[in-house]
Amino acid sequence: MVLIYIDQDEQEIKKASFEAISYGAALAKQLGTHAEGILLGTVKESVEALGKYGVSIVHQVTNSGLNNFDASVHATVVTEAAKKLGATVIVFAHNINGKAIAPAVAVKLNAGLVAGACALPKTDAGFVVTKTVFSGKAFASIKIETPIKVISVNQNSFGVIVGEGNATLENLDLPVPASKIKITSIDKIKGEVPLTEASLVVSGGRGLKGPENWGILLDLAKALGASTACSRPVSDADWRPHHEHVGQTGIQIAPNLYIAIGISGAIQHLAGVNRSKTIVVINKDPEAPFFKAADYGVIGDAFEVVPALTAAILKSKAGA
Amino acid sequence: MNILVCISKTPDTTAKIAFVEGNTKFDENGVQWIINPYDEWYSLVRAIELKEKNPNVIIHLITVGGADTEPIIRKALALGGDEAIRVNNTSNDSMVVAQEIAAVAKGGAYDMILTGKETIDYNSASIGSMLCALLDTTFIPNAISLDVNGNTAIVKREIEGGEETCETNIPFILSCQKGMAEQRIPNMRGIMAARTKPLKVLEATIHNETTSIQQFDIPPAKSGVKLVDPSNMDELVRLLKEEAKVI
Ligand SMILES: Cc1cc2nc3c(=O)[nH]c(=O)nc-3n(C[C@H](O)[C@H](O)[C@H](O)COP(=O)(O)OP(=O)(O)OC[C@H]3O[C@@H](n4cnc5c(N)ncnc54)[C@H](O)[C@@H]3O)c2cc1C
Ligand SMILES: Nc1ncnc2c1ncn2[C@@H]1O[C@H](COP(=O)(O)O)[C@@H](O)[C@H]1O
Repeated sequence: MVLIYIDQDEQEIKKASFEAISYGAALAKQLGTHAEGILLGTVKESVEALGKYGVSIVHQVTNSGLNNFDASVHATVVTEAAKKLGATVIVFAHNINGKAIAPAVAVKLNAGLVAGACALPKTDAGFVVTKTVFSGKAFASIKIETPIKVISVNQNSFGVIVGEGNATLENLDLPVPASKIKITSIDKIKGEVPLTEASLVVSGGRGLKGPENWGILLDLAKALGASTACSRPVSDADWRPHHEHVGQTGIQIAPNLYIAIGISGAIQHLAGVNRSKTIVVINKDPEAPFFKAADYGVIGDAFEVVPALTAAILKSKAGA
Repeated sequence: MNILVCISKTPDTTAKIAFVEGNTKFDENGVQWIINPYDEWYSLVRAIELKEKNPNVIIHLITVGGADTEPIIRKALALGGDEAIRVNNTSNDSMVVAQEIAAVAKGGAYDMILTGKETIDYNSASIGSMLCALLDTTFIPNAISLDVNGNTAIVKREIEGGEETCETNIPFILSCQKGMAEQRIPNMRGIMAARTKPLKVLEATIHNETTSIQQFDIPPAKSGVKLVDPSNMDELVRLLKEEAKVI
């Protein structure tokens, strides 16, 4: 059986879990078995509805202590669940929480781990999983040698597959160790889709000259319903908050659309965004290296091009 | 207070990524090696800052790797580490690396273990979490600040869409990222001092790999950028809608 970890935050199931379930369900089919989910804590929405992504049963450990994330506690409970349910493959999203517990679960189950898988395993000769390495500049095919396997799936690399059906909800009674972490405050940026979950991202670099010029970028993001990001010098200069910094040393993202405005496309920047499905580059310098990594390019002055693009999007939306 | 800082070696961020031996090995030819930026800029420098505030702090460094990691570990000593251990194991399997570190940590009575958020070559982000299971110790991932007050640590960490502040008691494991500290450059005195700081080499004890790399591939190059006239943004919107189907 393939067991998929369903990640939740503030009692809402994370979008990344839908992709992890889709991946786990496809893998189960390939292995001639079925997929089940494990959910820790309680959520507000319908758990049964997760059936449409491919799980037949969702096991839930309804201990409200699990609503706060503690890697050690969560890993222990997932491990016990995997043992009790007889899972042979455990699938996680490679998001912040998934990264924090999948390796611990792998240790506890004596399982080999591939962290950051970007495709379904090849299972005709052994069990070989492809992952991105060197910050997206290459792929590695990694063979898992152990009977039990743990995989975390890179976000936006497999996609969400929506089918039909409802999952059965089953309560799973497992001991929950006490957490040794006391959470004293949680500070969320309100009303924004977290960058790693965003499917559309508009990003600005030093070419925008200063924080006072960000209005045109924010207008574009708003017209698209996109999240915003920036290059490192921009966050280093405090033009934009640090959590917007993407790249090798910042956040790595893989949205459907990444629009880079006034960003040169340094290799360290590309390392954080080169897995995006479609890249649009707006830069006044035709020699900017970013054009080599782009699908669509506009050679022009951001201060003219960006408002025009925003207007075109609004026009297209109004017409649709 | 004893802090164990995990140091890994990675190719420089601008290194050319290529493979040899039928795409089974990373081409190290001409590659400049650096301390993994997360280990150097964030965990090590924060440990040094804690030592500057509290002289009772001892900074222990550990790296699991071959003799070619020694320049890296010497640099970490030059920055301000007190002593180092190299476990002579060149495995690429995170499970093996974590077990080697855990074996050392079990005998060492460390109050905290700091790792980087991830290595920039294999991008696994796994070692901290594995150590958590191997040592049965609290693990706080993605830390962006760390303060210590007696036996209590106050940690801020990145969560999706924001930050969380939490407290825990020693011992604990942290994975560190941007925000923890600022990059430093070793000074001449540090470089001289590093030459005589202890660097102990331990033989590998873990040999059972749970995974093995079969092959590397370079992603196909983009088919070439399609340029859109800056005065025709309607066309760009059409392409994004109808061709790329992303909006
Ligand atoms: C170890 C290391 C790690 C790093 N990690 C990161 C990282 O994680 N993320 C990151 O982003 N960087 C990182 N960097 C820095 C990186 O090398 C680049 O310096 C940085 O990405 C450049 O930012 P930029 O493109 O905003 O600025 P610039 O390189 O200054 O580029 C500005 C661009 O704007 C264009 N421009 C100017 N005016 C206009 C206009 N009016 N309209 C349109 N275009 C205009 C210019 O043609 C230029 O291409 C790292 C560097 C190192 C050494
Ligand atoms: N070979 C190694 N030796 C010592 N520490 C390591 C090694 N590999 C990884 N680490 C530590 O674990 C962190 C996460 O690495 P990884 O899980 O490989 O992405 C790194 O930032 C280092 O702090």
